[in-house]
Amino acid sequence: MTRIQLVSIVGAAVLLLSVLEMVRRRRLMERYALLWILSATVLLGLALWSGALARISRAIGVIYAPNALFFVGIGFILLLLLHFSAAVSRLSDQADTLAQRQALLEERLRRREQADSSVEREPTPDGLAPGQRRQQLPPAEIAPGQRQSTVELEPGVVASARRRGPAQPPDAT
Amino acid sequence: MVPAYNESATIAAVVQALRCEAPEFDALVVDDGSTDATGLLAHRAGAKVLQLPFNVGIGGAVQTGFVYARDHGYDYLAQVDGDGQHDAVELARLLETMTEGEVDVVCGSRFLTTDHRYPAPLSRRTGIHIFAFLLSRILDVPVSDPTSGFRLYNRNAIELFAREYPHDYPEVEALLILHRHRLRMREVPVRMYSRGGGASSISTGKSGYYMAKVLLALFVGLGRRPALAAPDGEALGAEQAIV
Repeated sequence: MTRIQLVSIVGAAVLLLSVLEMVRRRRLMERYALLWILSATVLLGLALWSGALARISRAIGVIYAPNALFFVGIGFILLLLLHFSAAVSRLSDQADTLAQRQALLEERLRRREQADSSVEREPTPDGLAPGQRRQQLPPAEIAPGQRQSTVELEPGVVASARRRGPAQPPDAT
Repeated sequence: MVPAYNESATIAAVVQALRCEAPEFDALVVDDGSTDATGLLAHRAGAKVLQLPFNVGIGGAVQTGFVYARDHGYDYLAQVDGDGQHDAVELARLLETMTEGEVDVVCGSRFLTTDHRYPAPLSRRTGIHIFAFLLSRILDVPVSDPTSGFRLYNRNAIELFAREYPHDYPEVEALLILHRHRLRMREVPVRMYSRGGGASSISTGKSGYYMAKVLLALFVGLGRRPALAAPDGEALGAEQAIV
């Protein structure tokens, strides 16, 4: 066994094992791991089985057989890069969609909040317009904001507490 | 919960059947970025609809339902396919099995019944049986239909899957996650019908990838450390803190 063969075997084996370990630790999704596993397995196979490598090197006209291993390896690297470019394209497309949806949601929320606050500041029984009232009672300016957030939170809390109550019949989706 | 991607041909009938046959459940449709009127039709049929902004895949769509059920405090969540394969009448049997046997997930199996209305293609059945064989050994519980999407989950399973659910082709791996967290599952026989319309998410070209992905997930999943305690135990807090 030549030294270059030994180096190739160890390199491919380390690659294969680290891909599997990353999948196990959930650092790498199976979706992206499969192509890596294929590459590492083929490289390991060619490093171990020098007969096949010699045949490939003859077929592509390479005189020094280990160079054929580099050739195959570079082929896989190109394939992986293309795969990731496609994945990145899909992800940036999705990020655009998310940003757009969020902008629309924020606008809707702002409109809803404005509608809510204009209902609250409807002319009061004493006949004062909302603006006048605010000037008259400066401390109240902080209070509505605080009150609003409590009101927003409470229904959800109450609703979930009620649903989880043991006396209720099974409530499911 | 009905995960649906371009199921406009069947979704309204599925929602109506759920509302008639299982009125104690709220109907929730997770529209996984459909390009047809699936979401609108589901809404008109009276379901709550969660509209995902683009197609995230079946795993992400189903997990949306788990997160919804967790945040709204539901005790049970039933998952039903949007293509009319499953019969809402049989939810009652799933619920019965869940309450009498102490299990966290009940799966409907098309292979436990002699009433075969679902002639799955041979290649598909072979794949299912390979997964079933492996899972039965690993889980030490008979599993006959690990790819079934007709399932009932209790609160423990809802909380687990809201945190951790596989991405692509999730059904098989979900059972493994369940096992790792010491939750129990049981199967009950159900009838399954052929699709009422639309296209399956698994085309022939994808089934090779399906097999490879799920087998990889199964074997790698075996190497993961088992959870220290049941999800409601103390170990959960530690795990959440780490993650």
